[in-house]
Amino acid sequence: MGELVADKHVRYILSVEKKKDSFESVVMEHLRMNGAYWGLTALDIMGKLDTVDTNEVVSWIMSCQHESGGFGGNVGHDPHILYTLSAVQVLALFNKLDVVDVDKVTNYIVSLQNEDGSFSGDIWGEVDTRFSYIAICCVSILHRLDRINVEKAVKYIISCKNMDGGFGCTPGGESHAGQIFCCVGALAITGSLDLIDKDLLGWWLCERQVKSGGLNGRPEKLPDIMSGMLLMVGSF
Amino acid sequence: MHGRPRKPLKEEDESVLSAKAEKLRLLQSQFLANHQNRIYSKEALDLSAKLLENNPECYTAWNYRKLAVQHNLSQSDSDSVASLFDQELKLVENALRKNFKSYGAWHHRKWVLSKGHSSIDHEMRLLNGFQKADPRNFHAWNYRRFVTDLMKRSDEDELKYTEEVIGENFSNYSAWHNRSAILSNLLKRKAEGFSHKEKVLQEEYEHVRNAIFTDPDDQSGWFYHLWLIDQTVKNDAPLLVSSWPSRGSTITLNGHGNNRLHGLSLLNSTLSGTTTLPIILYFNQAVEGINSSTVAVKSEILKEDLVWKPLSVNNSSTAQVWVVYLKLGNMELQLSKTYSIEITIGYSAGIVSSNGYHYGYPSQIAFELCVQTAHTEPVEGQYPKLTSWKDSDFQKVDHFEESNFVASTDHHIPTTSNWCREAIDEEITNYQDLLSDCKIGKLTLARLLTALDLLSPEHDKRKKHTEEILKLYTELMKLDPTHSLYYKDEHSLVLLQQITSSEESLLPHCHYYKDATETNTSYVCLRLQNLLLSRMGSIKNLLWVQMLDLSHNELRSIEGLEAMQLLSCLNLSHNKLGSFTALGPLRSLKSLKVLNISHNELGSHSIDTRRYLCSSPLAHTEVFAWDRFEILCGSYSATKFWEAFLIFESLNLTDLNITGNAVADENFTSFIVKVLPTLKYLNDEEL
Repeated sequence: MGELVADKHVRYILSVEKKKDSFESVVMEHLRMNGAYWGLTALDIMGKLDTVDTNEVVSWIMSCQHESGGFGGNVGHDPHILYTLSAVQVLALFNKLDVVDVDKVTNYIVSLQNEDGSFSGDIWGEVDTRFSYIAICCVSILHRLDRINVEKAVKYIISCKNMDGGFGCTPGGESHAGQIFCCVGALAITGSLDLIDKDLLGWWLCERQVKSGGLNGRPEKLPDIMSGMLLMVGSF
Repeated sequence: MHGRPRKPLKEEDESVLSAKAEKLRLLQSQFLANHQNRIYSKEALDLSAKLLENNPECYTAWNYRKLAVQHNLSQSDSDSVASLFDQELKLVENALRKNFKSYGAWHHRKWVLSKGHSSIDHEMRLLNGFQKADPRNFHAWNYRRFVTDLMKRSDEDELKYTEEVIGENFSNYSAWHNRSAILSNLLKRKAEGFSHKEKVLQEEYEHVRNAIFTDPDDQSGWFYHLWLIDQTVKNDAPLLVSSWPSRGSTITLNGHGNNRLHGLSLLNSTLSGTTTLPIILYFNQAVEGINSSTVAVKSEILKEDLVWKPLSVNNSSTAQVWVVYLKLGNMELQLSKTYSIEITIGYSAGIVSSNGYHYGYPSQIAFELCVQTAHTEPVEGQYPKLTSWKDSDFQKVDHFEESNFVASTDHHIPTTSNWCREAIDEEITNYQDLLSDCKIGKLTLARLLTALDLLSPEHDKRKKHTEEILKLYTELMKLDPTHSLYYKDEHSLVLLQQITSSEESLLPHCHYYKDATETNTSYVCLRLQNLLLSRMGSIKNLLWVQMLDLSHNELRSIEGLEAMQLLSCLNLSHNKLGSFTALGPLRSLKSLKVLNISHNELGSHSIDTRRYLCSSPLAHTEVFAWDRFEILCGSYSATKFWEAFLIFESLNLTDLNITGNAVADENFTSFIVKVLPTLKYLNDEEL
């Protein structure tokens, strides 16, 4: 079996960070906060987090925070729960959570929880179980899990459980590896994994592996790396 | 994009792309400036439209559009309001053409629709056209759910739609899924025409048969079929399926001392010096609301309300098993007198399952308690002897004597309608040929046969299909080795169900354990070694067990064991337990004294895949005794031992065997001895 060429991966990640003018970089400018999380976590796993300038990253992150406490995907972009989590994750990675007002961020997340326990992505109201996971994960990192209504959040997630044991983005939504990762993750953090039909879901997840060995996100779809990653984590 | 290989760019392509990037960057920075300064002029709006048509993922631009609409609404007359929104819809259409999976685009459309100025009928027409082109797009299905809700389209109409879509292409998992969701809804609220579950399921079986026979390789039909089987077999309402003590049993206790009971031990038990008696209620699914208002316990020996506890591995308030402990030591029980205890479950509403169904009808259990003088007095300060698990220490049980030996297995199971059994029977007949050669076919047959056996009453002498089912799973392990662990688990469950289903089948596995110190008493051990068990099951039939030998199997988990509240001696040696978190269920076993976990894989795996299944400081549901832990750890690396600490800190073991595990080095061994102050024997040696 081959070995991971770690150095090449590190060089690639650092080069992407610098190439702000490439087409890919521009078209994804609005989600640079997510990109930062993925890239920096990868560097950290390879033990190379010190190759980036911590202060530069931290000050850029803080410049993306809004009055509401939420973070945007890049400077000038509106706050959204997606980028708020990435921001908190990156700060936690650098052990710099002390630079942020934890309660302010928590309040932003709390303000996004709806009556039925679900979470909106931002003030415009899009609801998705992805946001449930993001909210729970974020306040969990900040040690403020008790500030959201955990019971209702869990009830909402369970209401998105389907005939195959999987989860969709909203009640009645089709099971999808990505949503399953988010729902299982949220239930794990809140200690509610007993509410999952483990055997049924486990079987559905195993069936995502196709003959080539790759993993697809839903039945009768092509395999891809994103689904592969989400599935491996969800299967735990 | 899926399935496309990456190719390095050619030089000409690079410069084109570079120009494109520059244009986009300019567009985006101009947009951000407009947004920042709240400029909503026509020019600014056109710019944002251009941006979104190029890059629909730029979420801030969708927000901007909404702000612009709100701003311009206040300044326009009623005529132009509709066109204002039409403009937005047109933009979404263009954006979706660029990327029909754009969350931002779909949500913007929902936002526009919810304002109420657009034609919903037009939306449905557009949607139908879109879904014809891509019937698997889940954004479209979600949007459909939104629109049909807005126009209050009936579930019945939507059900017909799924039928149409499936009719065009049977391999439409999305359509089958939606069908299951709509049907569940109709069945749950007993809508007109859907109040007879049987009739509905009958039709569904016919529907899915067409799909499966047309293309047996496609998964959609099979998953739906599995759901149908589950709907046919399951009992929505929570029910009590087992208890200890069981209905009509007599529990005999040995009393030591005159009137004051110094200790009680169950007849034929290794328990001694204990003064609590558990009462265990085992339901068919997880429930909440078990308390003194919903469960009444009547007896002359009880003076106060009892507190019922849910037995769940992670401190949840819902559980399939509930227990209460009678503090017999505090009661004044007279020798040779029989006390009766009556338990009424569900005498008032409040017991609810996690999917909202209430306990059906009140059920009752009554049993008797009797105290007799012990044959021998226990010697003060006497050490318990080292438990040996050798064959020579066991003697087969010829026949069962006491009625409190084995829990009765048919508690309150309502007679299932004949239709369910017939439906499953028919499925087996219909699919017999199809099911024989492919993997999913064999699995479905195994599941159908299991369902059939489940629906047959326990006392039915008609031959059960256990052998056939076991054979199918064994074949599946060879046919589909990547999923062999799953088949192994199912095989274990079926085997355990067979063994524990009756006294006759249990008898060969029951042995007396001879202990020389108490000559007149011999405890019964349930011996289940060498059965290739990879998981436990049928625990509802094993609540009476005090001594259990599960050695020489392939157990990776002991989930369910937390219900075995009488367990005091447990042998798990020579299994495949790979982490301390897998031993989580043991934490609930307050009576456990003897534990053998030698020759497992504790410490062999660097990653614990079970970590989140059990309580841990990471799961936020546990109060972790950090202080005591740190003191006991001393200079050792804390992370190495905290899982073990979590398991053992609440147990009162007298005998522990951990040899043959990678984790059991000197450091660990001395740590565990400190955690267990009651320990007398370690690794078969006296401490």
